[in-house]
Amino acid sequence: MTDVTHRELDDLIGRRWRRPPLVKRTWLRWTLVIGGVLYLIAAIASVEVNWSRVYEGLERGWAFVLAFTSPDFTSRGDAIWTGMVESIVMTVAASVVGILISIPIALGAARNIAPLPVYMICRGIIAVSRALQEIIVAILLVAIFGFGPLAGFLTLSFATIGFLSKLLAEDIEAMDRSQAEAIRATGARWGQWIDYGVTPQVLPRLIGLSIYRVDINFRESAILGLVGAGGIGATLNTAFDRYEYDTAAAILILIIVIVMALEYISGIVRAKVQ
Amino acid sequence: MLKLQKLTKTYKTGDQALKAVDLDVPSGQVLALIGPSGAGKSTLIRCINRLVEPTSGSVMLGDVDLTKLGAAALRRERRRMGMIFQEYALVERLTVMENVLSGRLGYVGFWRSLTRRYPQSDVDEAFRLLDRVGLVHMADKRADELSGGQRQRVGICRALIQNPALLLVDEPTASLDPKTSRQIMRLICELCAERGLAAIINIHDVALAQMFVQRVIGLRFGEIVYDGSPNGLTPDKLTEIYGEEDWEATIENVEGEEVEAAE
Repeated sequence: MTDVTHRELDDLIGRRWRRPPLVKRTWLRWTLVIGGVLYLIAAIASVEVNWSRVYEGLERGWAFVLAFTSPDFTSRGDAIWTGMVESIVMTVAASVVGILISIPIALGAARNIAPLPVYMICRGIIAVSRALQEIIVAILLVAIFGFGPLAGFLTLSFATIGFLSKLLAEDIEAMDRSQAEAIRATGARWGQWIDYGVTPQVLPRLIGLSIYRVDINFRESAILGLVGAGGIGATLNTAFDRYEYDTAAAILILIIVIVMALEYISGIVRAKVQ
Repeated sequence: MLKLQKLTKTYKTGDQALKAVDLDVPSGQVLALIGPSGAGKSTLIRCINRLVEPTSGSVMLGDVDLTKLGAAALRRERRRMGMIFQEYALVERLTVMENVLSGRLGYVGFWRSLTRRYPQSDVDEAFRLLDRVGLVHMADKRADELSGGQRQRVGICRALIQNPALLLVDEPTASLDPKTSRQIMRLICELCAERGLAAIINIHDVALAQMFVQRVIGLRFGEIVYDGSPNGLTPDKLTEIYGEEDWEATIENVEGEEVEAAE
């Protein structure tokens, strides 16, 4: 027995060692690498660029960039103000409603908590919510409810559910089983078990994700206006249509400032709840 | 008081963790359950309070067959079985006090527990227990601020505030240093004696078990292969439980310590 291992060891000593490759067959490995590179080259080559159009466009682009040096907050001040208020209302309402609906769905979508049928239903809801992009949902809802922030509010609520439920459910699935088990062993009922055994483990993540989602919802609210779902995006769209780049710049600056402020606040809150 | 009859657990993978185990634990007896990793020690105590569902057999706690109970009745019976865990299993982001009071969850309603408004008698008892284990000044600290030994003391308080008749103890000293391990084992055994509790203690450390308990059960491949006094654990017996190894050092060590203690 010892003899055999020694001879094997002697064979190995002095030989180079390499990490075993992901794809074992050499020809397949190289085919994949070369094929990948060729495809990338062909793909880039297939993108047509109209250089004279780019040359013309550069001027317009430059005008847009220059507008940031002289943003005009006043001449469309009323429209900007109304749009911002609408966006903020949409964001807050959609975030609150979306988060409240997400929490039970996340519990249902965590395999270590929910029985299989509930799990399937909740995962299904998440899949639908994630598969439908915000813009598509917004176009549909604008068609149903007409132009205005109601469609935007519903769109963002719907999108929040897919985002938050999925990530929260993953956090619940990754929780420490023994802490939850200890609570179950005391004779706690289901609600108490969630309250004492599960919530403390996932609360920081829930808070962090919620703030992040508020941030996303605000940015999305600027986009949704482009398809008529209300908010600052509608004002922004109008400004672009009229080539009022200085007003557009003012709106973009406001959006950037608000997003950065939210980012800053979320950093503080997350540090507190860890 | 606790009686296991032909208790069997077969996991979905086909592994037989317990093979028709019979065991009788009288009131107030503290016994150690020893055996190699994978022998079924953890499964055995989890089958008693049904954190793991036994496949067949019965678990009689007093006159109640725990294996036949529905969800609500099982919750009521779990209150009579305090459990102490390996790695403590405290809820880390809750305070020490919340962790201790969580032992009362089986007794208080949902809203009381949600709003943390426990009956005064529960709060008083929690402070008494924390004082008994020397942690009363830590009540408002978060559980993850405590050291290993301190956490396990909180774990003990959580089990005791249930006012149990039986303690199920799963590797209480697995991640503690030798001195703290002894202190924790001593504390558990003292508290069992004070309150007349029976206890089943899963433990890896044979010498430590021999120091503190009246009865040792040896488990191997899901079967009881030893049931007797700690002194009866000869090298032959240990070989039967764990397999071939030189056991003299383990046993001598214990005898030496006993002499030390006697002096």
